[in-house]
Amino acid sequence: MRVVADTGLCQGHQLCQGEAPDVFGFDEDADVVVLLEERPDESRRAAVQTAVKYCPAFALSLEED
Amino acid sequence: MTVTHQLTEIPEVSTVLDDQSPEVPEIIRGTGHLPEMRVDPIGLFTRVREECGDVGRFRLADKDVVLVTGAEANEAFFRAPDDVLDQAAAYPFMTPIFGKGVVFDASPEERQQMLKNQALRGDMMRGHAQTIEAEISRMVAGWGDEGEIDLLDFFAELTIYTTSSCLIGKPFREELDASFAQHYHELERGTDAIAYVDPYADIDSFRMRDAAREKLVALVQDIIDRRKKRGTVPREERDLLDVLISIDMTADVVTGIFISMMFAGHHTSSGTASWAMIELLRHPDVMADVVAELDALYADGSEVSFQALRSIPVLESALKETLRLHPPLIILMRLVREELELAGHTIPAGTVVAASPRVSNRIEDDFPKADEFDPGRYLDPRQEDLQNRWTWIPFGAGKHRCVGNAFAMMQMKAIFSVILRDFEFEAAQPLDSYRDDCSKMVIQLEQPCLVRYRRRSR
Repeated sequence: MRVVADTGLCQGHQLCQGEAPDVFGFDEDADVVVLLEERPDESRRAAVQTAVKYCPAFALSLEED
Repeated sequence: MTVTHQLTEIPEVSTVLDDQSPEVPEIIRGTGHLPEMRVDPIGLFTRVREECGDVGRFRLADKDVVLVTGAEANEAFFRAPDDVLDQAAAYPFMTPIFGKGVVFDASPEERQQMLKNQALRGDMMRGHAQTIEAEISRMVAGWGDEGEIDLLDFFAELTIYTTSSCLIGKPFREELDASFAQHYHELERGTDAIAYVDPYADIDSFRMRDAAREKLVALVQDIIDRRKKRGTVPREERDLLDVLISIDMTADVVTGIFISMMFAGHHTSSGTASWAMIELLRHPDVMADVVAELDALYADGSEVSFQALRSIPVLESALKETLRLHPPLIILMRLVREELELAGHTIPAGTVVAASPRVSNRIEDDFPKADEFDPGRYLDPRQEDLQNRWTWIPFGAGKHRCVGNAFAMMQMKAIFSVILRDFEFEAAQPLDSYRDDCSKMVIQLEQPCLVRYRRRSR
């Protein structure tokens, strides 16, 4: 799986970091998400899916390889 | 795609209500589709898509409105840069509500950002959840074993308390009673589209609006007077009102600031809670699933303020489906400040561009059986909200997607957790008689909208 973050949509709520801090980081200056791991391990799927689903800006998506 | 340079090349929707007809108030004769928008806005916006497709046009007085629908055009609308699209200027009916004297140093975008960075911060949600649980418990504390409530009155009052407490502060909320909610409601009723011709026209609804605003200012003035008499209190007991008093803001300006802070979260949350209740009553199977889910969730005695911040999938699906069918805002508008390229058309400055959550949320290709209430849409693998992020738009979309949406969903989950734990509900009028009053830009449930409650035996 591949995680995609649209920084043109991100509002900097940082909820994704709560779900998967190993996958999602934060750029304090730009106030937007940064991907720490574009292709997380399969074991992280549930956490990443939750982050995608609850992103208040709909800025995240998950693409299958 | 070829780019056209004439607005007239965008098809204009038909006219079904003659703007010179004697039934049209004199002040808005000759204003194109404005008379129809005051009577049946949903019919108008739906017809634009039916007749014109993804990009159509109607006329509001001296303004052309380009209404876009569908994923491609919506994405272009929601991604358009801030400096070419002006939100405030597209909503002239809001100026007299916030107050002429209220000048903000910040754009709506910056204010939204400030709100997000302060009251709506993720780490403040736990406290807000506790506040909301306490407020809803307080509202139902006076209920007997059975009785009847009006959904609009009940949820409009509740959401005055929750938004004022969470966004302004608990001490301020403690000064409020039902009269504040009543006047606030009259303000919301003062959003007649006649404002597109003259926001200060001499009509009943604007007179009531202005009288209601004066009463709110008087209430706030009383609170300010009491605070001044009381003197300073320790820092931890202060709220936003104390801060504004300390910089000598007048009651009129303070009231305007509070009205504007509460506006986005009030009628929207109140309407959504009401419609969620109505849809659950219309679909007893979904109601049973939601109640069973909540009963299981709270069987261990866990707190509402804890669970409302976590996943409650069945209830969440019902809420999302309610929002899709009954988006609190049916049209989102922006005034074009600089010529703009949109979906193959060049839109000149001075035009209004708009997207319609009410129309996009029901596009049949994206939401099969679009008029049916089906919470199953949000389960894996359908996920019709995430799959259609430019047409599933009850919260708007893009950079300015409602910053309060996580707060709003948490509030809905807390409300239904409390009321469905202790009570069961039934319709007190025919199920198809619940409907929205669309005669104002702020849409509210038409009264009567009564439901009966009965305390659950346990």
